[in-house]
Amino acid sequence: MPILALALRSLANRRATAGLVVFAIGLSVALVLGVERVRTEARASFANTVSGTDLIVGARSGALPLLLYSVFRIGNATNNISWKSYRAIARAPGIAWTIPFSLGDSHRGFRVLGTDSGYFEHYRYGRKTRLSFAAGAPFDDVFDAVLGAEVAEALGYRPDDPIVVSHGLGAAGISDHADKPFRVAGILARTGTPVDRTVHVSLAGIEAIHVDWRHGAPLPGLAVDADSVREMDLTPKAITAFLVGLESRLAVFRLQRRINEYRSEPLLAILPGVALQELWDLMGTAEAALSAISVFVVATGLLCMVATMLASLGERRREMAILRSVGARPGHVFGLLVAEATALTIAGIAVGLGVFYAALALSRPVVSSAYGLYLAAAPPSERELLFLALVVVAGALSGTVPAWRAYAQSVADGMTART
Amino acid sequence: MIRLAELRFRWRARDPLVLDIEELAVARGEKLFVKGPSGGGKTTLLNLLGGVVAPEAGTVEILGTEVTGLRGAARDAFRADHIGFVFQSFNLVPYLPLVDNVLLPCRFSARRRERAGDRPEDEARRLLAHMGLDAGRLSGRGVVHLSQGEQQRVAAARALIGAPDLVVADEPTSALDSDVREAFLSLLFEEVDKAGATLVFVSHDARLEPAFGRSLALADINRASPGG
Repeated sequence: MPILALALRSLANRRATAGLVVFAIGLSVALVLGVERVRTEARASFANTVSGTDLIVGARSGALPLLLYSVFRIGNATNNISWKSYRAIARAPGIAWTIPFSLGDSHRGFRVLGTDSGYFEHYRYGRKTRLSFAAGAPFDDVFDAVLGAEVAEALGYRPDDPIVVSHGLGAAGISDHADKPFRVAGILARTGTPVDRTVHVSLAGIEAIHVDWRHGAPLPGLAVDADSVREMDLTPKAITAFLVGLESRLAVFRLQRRINEYRSEPLLAILPGVALQELWDLMGTAEAALSAISVFVVATGLLCMVATMLASLGERRREMAILRSVGARPGHVFGLLVAEATALTIAGIAVGLGVFYAALALSRPVVSSAYGLYLAAAPPSERELLFLALVVVAGALSGTVPAWRAYAQSVADGMTART
Repeated sequence: MIRLAELRFRWRARDPLVLDIEELAVARGEKLFVKGPSGGGKTTLLNLLGGVVAPEAGTVEILGTEVTGLRGAARDAFRADHIGFVFQSFNLVPYLPLVDNVLLPCRFSARRRERAGDRPEDEARRLLAHMGLDAGRLSGRGVVHLSQGEQQRVAAARALIGAPDLVVADEPTSALDSDVREAFLSLLFEEVDKAGATLVFVSHDARLEPAFGRSLALADINRASPGG
């Protein structure tokens, strides 16, 4: 304890330099924690978003783009599936349920998903958890909308509030379907998945707002009001993708092959788990690169500490000589420097945690809306704690470099106090 | 108390001898003044007494223990337990408060801590008070803001805490004014007597010599000095 107490006093005496070192280590630790948190949350978010779905079907493209735009609302579909093909496949034997997805519109930055009531019945996330309502009920009318938890929270919506859907994915403005507003029928409980950031409407609702639009713009001279549109046939002509649940999973490969060889139009059926694995493989390289960079940043922070301590040794020779004269052994001098390095590292970690959680709190809304990633302000995970413990060990080991130098110096100097 | 025999020291093998002392004995409770010019080997002699440097030949015996025969850690422990040092340049640890500076030897020596009583902090305050320093009044000031005389008295209190058997003082008064110097010496003698300690005091200032019970010129016993 005496050595630790001395180390802390000594650091307090050099608080400006020590503060800078602590800040440098803190920033590096915060960076590593940030990278680790984004990595784990991204994986958890992807893994939890879809569950219990056997196949995802879309227009033929790649497995990853289909997975990303259909389930994670990242990117856009390059083509649609005709309603006729969808219905033909949905009626095939062995299929328990399907959930059609129609994407392409938005509301104040949140994507609008056209679907049917089967969505609330069959869609599962996390550990096969069913969607539940925090308020209201599923859509019943053509112009009913069900909001994800984050949409309602961010925009302050409550049941029965009107909302206007915009055409495309840009900001609200000139492309609003303002003549056919929707009513908030229900708000879903939070899921921690992209569902929270989605506005759900019926397929008929999507069809209704587009009856008087062509190629992304209203048809001049043709304006169909909301009441009139209810009388029209609102069966969609195309959808973006659909999810498939089978009666028996044994049939999954057979059905996948059948869909992939579908003659009427080029379609692609993917197994969510396989596509996710493909995504992990893709992300793995980037993750490894980011982790390596983070480790180098921490190493740089610790090197900064070593350099500062080495630089201060010259002016601390007198201090070491005094300690030797009052009974400190060279081992005490060694321990003093290691204790200082350890204390600086621990303080750096504390600062790093503070910076990390502050940055998390500040960036969460931005990351959530821009990337669809919900970064939980959870306490450090076991892996993160292990990493922090390793940083402490690395810090203490780094301290042995100046400590050895001080040890050798103190043996040579003895009690000859030099300035 | 102290016995040096056939002691020879040089910094490196090819360097000339710095010290070559046939014999020197100091009795328990004695106050020895060692005089000599700067660079004459006085500080080296004190380093040999403290076991900080090892002689090329000969023995240093303190309290019946041959310091030169001890291994490094044992030598350090012996120094911490039995010897208090006062240096010319005060040598207070700048980041420690007044009382903590005085208590430093107790941090490294269980014997000194034990001999400082049940409450070493009280003993530190008593020593400071006897040296004319009010620890309570000065506690708000960093030790580096004390005057030179005050700093030297703190250093003396530190050397004396835990009643060491030997107090070694290396030019402790050279930076002090003459009136402060005499007062400091008087206080140092009182506490050394109270502790029953032996004092070895080296200085180039021959004016201090009359205050000591015994004095010697290092050059007279050092065969390596030009006049030795």
